[in-house]
Amino acid sequence: MVPLSYYLVLSAILFGLGVTGFLVKRNIITLFMSIELMLNAVNLSFVAFAAHWGALSGHVYVFFVMVVAAAEAAVGLAIIIAVFRTRQTLNVDRVNLLKL
Amino acid sequence: MTPNLHLWLIPVLPLVGAALNGLFGRRWPKRAVALVGTVFVGAAFAWTLWVASQFSHLTQLPHIEEHAPWITAGGFVANFGFYLDQLSLVMALVVTGVGFLIHIYSIGYMEHEGGYYRFFAYLNLFMFFMLTLVLADNYLLMFVGWEGVGLASYLLIGFWFQKDSAAAAGKKAFIVNRIGDFGFLLALFLLIRTCGSLNFAEVFPAISRMGVEAAPGVLTAIALLLMLGACGKSAQLPLYVWLPDAMEGPTPVSALIHAATMVTAGVYMVARSNPIFSRSPEALTVVAVVGCLTALFAATIGMAQNDIKRVLAYSTISQLGYMFLACGVAAYSAAIFHLMTHAFFKALLFLAAGSVIHALGGEQDMRNMGGLRKHIPWTFWTMTAATFAIAGFPFLSGFFSKDEILWRAWSSPYGGWIFWAVGVGTAGLTSFYMFRLWFLTFFGESRGPEDRHPHESPRVMLAPLVILAVLAVVGGYVGVPHALGGENHFERFLAPVMAVPAALEHEGAAAAAEVGTERMLTAASVGAAALGLFFAWLLYHKRRDLPEKIATALGGMYTAVANKYYVDEGYNAVLVQPVVEGSTRLLWRGVDAGVIDGTVNHAAGDVRKVSDALRHMQSGSVRSYAGWVAAGAALALAYLIWVGAR
Repeated sequence: MVPLSYYLVLSAILFGLGVTGFLVKRNIITLFMSIELMLNAVNLSFVAFAAHWGALSGHVYVFFVMVVAAAEAAVGLAIIIAVFRTRQTLNVDRVNLLKL
Repeated sequence: MTPNLHLWLIPVLPLVGAALNGLFGRRWPKRAVALVGTVFVGAAFAWTLWVASQFSHLTQLPHIEEHAPWITAGGFVANFGFYLDQLSLVMALVVTGVGFLIHIYSIGYMEHEGGYYRFFAYLNLFMFFMLTLVLADNYLLMFVGWEGVGLASYLLIGFWFQKDSAAAAGKKAFIVNRIGDFGFLLALFLLIRTCGSLNFAEVFPAISRMGVEAAPGVLTAIALLLMLGACGKSAQLPLYVWLPDAMEGPTPVSALIHAATMVTAGVYMVARSNPIFSRSPEALTVVAVVGCLTALFAATIGMAQNDIKRVLAYSTISQLGYMFLACGVAAYSAAIFHLMTHAFFKALLFLAAGSVIHALGGEQDMRNMGGLRKHIPWTFWTMTAATFAIAGFPFLSGFFSKDEILWRAWSSPYGGWIFWAVGVGTAGLTSFYMFRLWFLTFFGESRGPEDRHPHESPRVMLAPLVILAVLAVVGGYVGVPHALGGENHFERFLAPVMAVPAALEHEGAAAAAEVGTERMLTAASVGAAALGLFFAWLLYHKRRDLPEKIATALGGMYTAVANKYYVDEGYNAVLVQPVVEGSTRLLWRGVDAGVIDGTVNHAAGDVRKVSDALRHMQSGSVRSYAGWVAAGAALALAYLIWVGAR
């Protein structure tokens, strides 16, 4: 039996990687993938807790998160394509039309 | 059962005229405007005459007609009511009568001026307020008239408002008058406090029950504050400065408002308030001294003026000084007598001066006149009557009224030889500057341009001159003193209103016995007038080179007089400039721009600065937002861990 803390440490590492990626990278698609990584890090902690306590609600939450992530991926990718078409770039620092 | 005389008609008729001309006059032809303007004033005059004819039938005096309550506050009541007694009857007759004549004159004088309807509307409005002032049955309503005539005066002085000097003169008159009005208002407050009422019918009996004040008290305070108001309205020292400038207005206005009626409102008010003044010897002394000084001061300035209207303006101030001198020695009837005769001859002088100006096409400088006697004989002869009347030559109106004042200044318990001496000196100066004007204008050679053709004024202007000339000659016969074999009907008529405290009555009666003294004093004042005539003749007719030499010999003194003692400059430096500077630097730049605007602007500026600092958080950079979120999350996490650790 793998102890709970292993899962949580892994989840924290994955989440930290996601955050770091989101902060460091400029490409929108990479940012998007970083967000997915963070969501899945959270998912991992959810299922770990669910298994540990033998409770179902953790699993249910994971499904919710996956559904939202799928919807987000659909909308997000559509936005990314639209941005690329108009701006000819995927660099977030150049997408700054509203900036003062 | 007292009859209803419908006194309200007297002021309201001119108001109707003012409203009609003011509202519709612009579209009417000049003839209609003049007709409306004159007819309503004429009707007011006719009604006043009718009231006068009914006057002897009145069993109860004063006759009061109250129409509606105006202000009711606690025990204090002020009504729209009118008050008829001997004094207000005389005043109403003078105001409507002289006013009517001047309206007729204006038809001709203003013929070629723009704003004809405006002129008549203002003039009628003035009549309304003046009659309200005269007929009011309480001080508050009187104050309404008082302020109203100030407004009308302001409008009419600034009638030619395109001219900077006229607009400025209007403002000056209004502002200087405000200083006096402030005193009047304070006096009213004190009266309410003392008597609980402002109605003449309640105030005067209440005051009469009080004794003569041994030491200055509340009555002295009221009297002095009223006198301050009178000083403003009647152009006495130190508030006389507006009247000479008021000559910027059209000449009929100078005649009506700034000579015959409005400026005498102060005298009327003091005479009306005689129960108050008579109970404060100190206040009476102040009134007499102010009047005396003003009379002398203005007369000296009048000697060195070259503008024909300004000479008359200073003469008016000086004559008003006489009236206050009379009030100050508790000879109120004499003051009102002089007020009446002065209204006749001074209105005539102004109208005749207007006729001269009219004849010369707007020339007002006497140095450019001369030799007009043959060109405008009617004007010349009427002006002559007025000049002799004001100089106090025997058996003209000014002679009787002026000598009455001088005699009272000598004999009254409040008077003294010094008042008399200043009065006689002033009479000599008056005679001098009036004959100077007379000689400069009508005698000698014409000093104007060669191609000038003076023309006599139209009949509509001459008729009022002739009527006023007759009044200026015979107007004094209503008050021929005992010493000259008369009955002094005028004083007897006014006596019920001018009841002096019993203590004075006795001494006055004793003094009246000295007929011989009175005759000698009269001879002295006639001598002074003759002396004035002689010097004017010598300097301005016989030896035209002398005035130059005398002026040079006097040097600085002459310059000071010619420049009106630099009073305007002094007021400007001492009062006006500090106020302007204080307002500009402290109130405007300091308080308004600095504190009030500063608070608002700095509040806005500071908010902006804070926002500028905060704005940098909204960088538009997605990753910096993410950084904030992450940092926030980390912080929240750290907090939770810290809490959990405890």
